[in-house]
Amino acid sequence: MNNDQTLKTIIGLEIHVQLTKLKTKLFCATSADYREKKPNTHVCPICLGLPGTLPTVNRKAVEYAIAVAKALNCEISDRLMFVRKHYFYPDLPKNYQISQYIGPGFAPIAKNGYVKITVDGKPKIVRIRRINIEEDPGRVVYIGSIETSPYSLIDYNRSGVTLLEIVTEPDLGSPKEARIFLEKLIAILEYLGVTDPGLEGAFRVDANISFEGFGRVEIKNIGSIRDVEKALTYEIVRQRRIIAGGGKIERETRHWDSNKGVTISLRSKEFEEDYRYFPDPDLPPLRISKEFIEQVVKSLPELPDERIDRFMKQYSLDEYRATVLVLNKWLADLFEMCAKHYDKYKKLADLLITDFLRWINEFNIDYKNLRLDLLQIVKLLRLWDEGVLSVKMVKELLPQIIKGGIDVEDYVKSSGYTRLVDKEYLEKVVEEVFRESPKAVQDALENPKAVNYLIGLVMKKTSGRADPQLVREIILSMLDKMRSTGS
Amino acid sequence: MSKYLSMPIHKLIEEFKTDPSKTFDYLDSLYDNIKRVENKIRSFITIIPQETLDRYVENLIKENKHRIDNLKLFGIPIAVKDNISTKGIRTTCASKMLENYVPPYNATVVEKILREGGIIIGKTNMDEFAMGSTTETSAFYPTKNPWDTTRVPGGSSGGSATALASGEAPLALGSDTGGSIRNPASFCGVYGLKPTYGLVSRYGLIAYASSMDQIGPMARNVVDLAILLSVIAGHDPRDSTSVPFVQSVDYVQELYKLHHKEPKLRIGVIKEFFEGSEEPVKKATAKAVDLLCSYHECQEISLPFSKQIIAAYYIIAMAEASSNLARFDGVRYGMKIDFTNRSWDEAFTEVRTKGFGYEVRKRIAIGAYILSAGYRDMYYIRALKLRRVLKERFDQIFKGYDIVVSPTMPILPPRLGEFFEDPLRIYLADVNTVAANLVGIPAISIPVDFYNGLPIGLQAMAKQFSEPLLLYIAKQLEDRTGFRDILAQL
Ligand SMILES: [Zn+2]
Repeated sequence: MNNDQTLKTIIGLEIHVQLTKLKTKLFCATSADYREKKPNTHVCPICLGLPGTLPTVNRKAVEYAIAVAKALNCEISDRLMFVRKHYFYPDLPKNYQISQYIGPGFAPIAKNGYVKITVDGKPKIVRIRRINIEEDPGRVVYIGSIETSPYSLIDYNRSGVTLLEIVTEPDLGSPKEARIFLEKLIAILEYLGVTDPGLEGAFRVDANISFEGFGRVEIKNIGSIRDVEKALTYEIVRQRRIIAGGGKIERETRHWDSNKGVTISLRSKEFEEDYRYFPDPDLPPLRISKEFIEQVVKSLPELPDERIDRFMKQYSLDEYRATVLVLNKWLADLFEMCAKHYDKYKKLADLLITDFLRWINEFNIDYKNLRLDLLQIVKLLRLWDEGVLSVKMVKELLPQIIKGGIDVEDYVKSSGYTRLVDKEYLEKVVEEVFRESPKAVQDALENPKAVNYLIGLVMKKTSGRADPQLVREIILSMLDKMRSTGS
Repeated sequence: MSKYLSMPIHKLIEEFKTDPSKTFDYLDSLYDNIKRVENKIRSFITIIPQETLDRYVENLIKENKHRIDNLKLFGIPIAVKDNISTKGIRTTCASKMLENYVPPYNATVVEKILREGGIIIGKTNMDEFAMGSTTETSAFYPTKNPWDTTRVPGGSSGGSATALASGEAPLALGSDTGGSIRNPASFCGVYGLKPTYGLVSRYGLIAYASSMDQIGPMARNVVDLAILLSVIAGHDPRDSTSVPFVQSVDYVQELYKLHHKEPKLRIGVIKEFFEGSEEPVKKATAKAVDLLCSYHECQEISLPFSKQIIAAYYIIAMAEASSNLARFDGVRYGMKIDFTNRSWDEAFTEVRTKGFGYEVRKRIAIGAYILSAGYRDMYYIRALKLRRVLKERFDQIFKGYDIVVSPTMPILPPRLGEFFEDPLRIYLADVNTVAANLVGIPAISIPVDFYNGLPIGLQAMAKQFSEPLLLYIAKQLEDRTGFRDILAQL
């Protein structure tokens, strides 16, 4: 019997990323912008695999693949080689997929790379086994569910769109690590400008998971980072339970049902398909010259790791803040725009990371549709610095800026919505509180910690607008006075 | 019989250019002939009706009034093998699978022909998906040899060869994977050229074995052959295997240049291929070689391991075929079956069982087996190794020789059905032709004699892009034997 808590979890990922920024498909000139288009309108004889048609490689796709390979610290092959991977499925027009393969006589575009991630403050390396360029199949659409649909519809608009298949070594030790890795990977791809991860179906993940010494299970076709974490967590619980009961983990492929939150067995791996890989005779190997690679490398933009380093240096941010900002590219961009006008960088970063990000998620705003006057954020911070606004007010005003597009200065002026710093007025409020809560005053006289309760009562009376520091001073001096007078 | 029927196209074009309306007279005589002979030999799967072509030619003349002189094929009908895609004209590959398939696009070679004023007169019969050497595996009907209708015309471009030999078309396109142009050219007494791999675009050719398939011209004389080659050769950006540096070459000019200079060539005579031939073939081709050797410098050379060459050829061809033909599943085009209430696998199986003939099913099955894990190294990888060895051997040969010659086919045209009883014998009959496809070099079949009324062809091979040399010696032989523009009497 195994003590299941000591079992080591081994996770490897296979990520299919659509290079959505490509204008045309991988092997023909058909527009790759198929989303929300009528079915089978973005097709040509080549991507339909009509008899006699031949593929020609989209040069830009190769450039993008090399850029990704570089960003993932991979060795890049000196030859571009394609193989055919055979299986019969109606969404695959040729019944083979043009892909790449690692093996004797074959080479993928790139291999042996790595990605640095940080887990609980500790750095970790996740190795990349290989990167393939391949074509996407079409899509089979069912009416309702696959079981009840009276017929199937096939849409070939997606057929031939460029995919990168990125395969990691089994280096991930937990669902959380898998999530952190994917967040980093997606950020890198976004920085490279090769894909828009926000688009439906832009990336799909197959996850392999096993406990050391037990059978490996593959979960197919997971559509989001959150689902990857959930599916893996589910599998860990399921597999631990089987192992604890003395059972055996079958080597199998499972499907992630994101609605029910469970994995379902698809097929046993014993009947693993024979894809009959062989070099595509229609696509002779193409040399990838050093000059071509250099040209791509030269045009690479700043990547997340570089940007994190720069944020730490240029803005004196710690690694955690820099990382959170950078991995949300738009937020990092926003940060840098504001930083031009406001130099308390840590304060700015905190506002963006904790409050701003929270409200964006809360309102479910797509950052691409965010029409924001970034000067409002700068003004908000300045008014806070000047003592005109309290923390609480800042936190209340921020969502209004995001949602309502208000001008902070106008709003503050017209509503009198400022911090209470009027000493005379506050003294009156404190006297009132003392009158109403003699018991609390008595406590405070005996125990300095109880002062906070009194401060709280004053804040409540002023709807949080009182300057807590000033209130504390007033209360303490009144308590002193009471002690000295002995009343 | 009209004087036009056996006229070479370079003469026909001159006539049409001086008076475009003669094109209609020509079409008249051609269609009269087709009506007379087609039932006896069945060259075509699809014949474009004469009215349609008459209208097409009317437009052609109207639209090209001022540039007729520049069109290399103005008014010339061309018979196209039915595995070459023609927009709006059904393209069946002689298979039930594609019986009703009408491509929405033209093959590059077809575009080029149309651009030069050529006319597609019909789609010719062939072995199903080009798999066969007799045109008997056609799903529709076998084509018969015009010189003896009890015999096969060869294959797989049998229909293209018979259309030429019987005067149904003056030019034809075939495709050659292991000899499919040269074999029927030899059996039907016409000229057929398999160009260097990559010289002619494969875009639109329905693939059998991609690494060896090549479209090529067929004609009744060498100059016509050169004209058609000039039209179809050249780089095509739509075909990644098309050779990029080949600009358009005027093979007629190249041919005439050599013909006037008459350079002496070093000719290698492949010993094993002569020894392995039937007696009449051996005699006739040896006589032709003697004609060449009276001028050029000849020497016997050896090309051993012919059995292995055949094996390697079939292994590679079947492996690629199993992959290329995977797309025929009845989902998007071609044969339709009822998919209701069945799994995809069941439906695909039924389509492919009903749609493909025996030979095609056999080759797909063997090909899938060859590529499967565990067998790939034993068969496919070894075949590729042999292919490399053969390439090296030919490189070596071409250091010492400009041309190598052999009989095109080691046998005379067999009787219909004869080969079905002995499938291994058909495969072995390809021994002389497959090497050119494995190596990617050009090869031509030249009619050199008849035996009991049956044509015999001589094959010449040269190194990559040496098509002019092949045309040159073909022309020399043509001049000496007088085998040009001859039609079989039917
Ligand atoms: Zn397309």
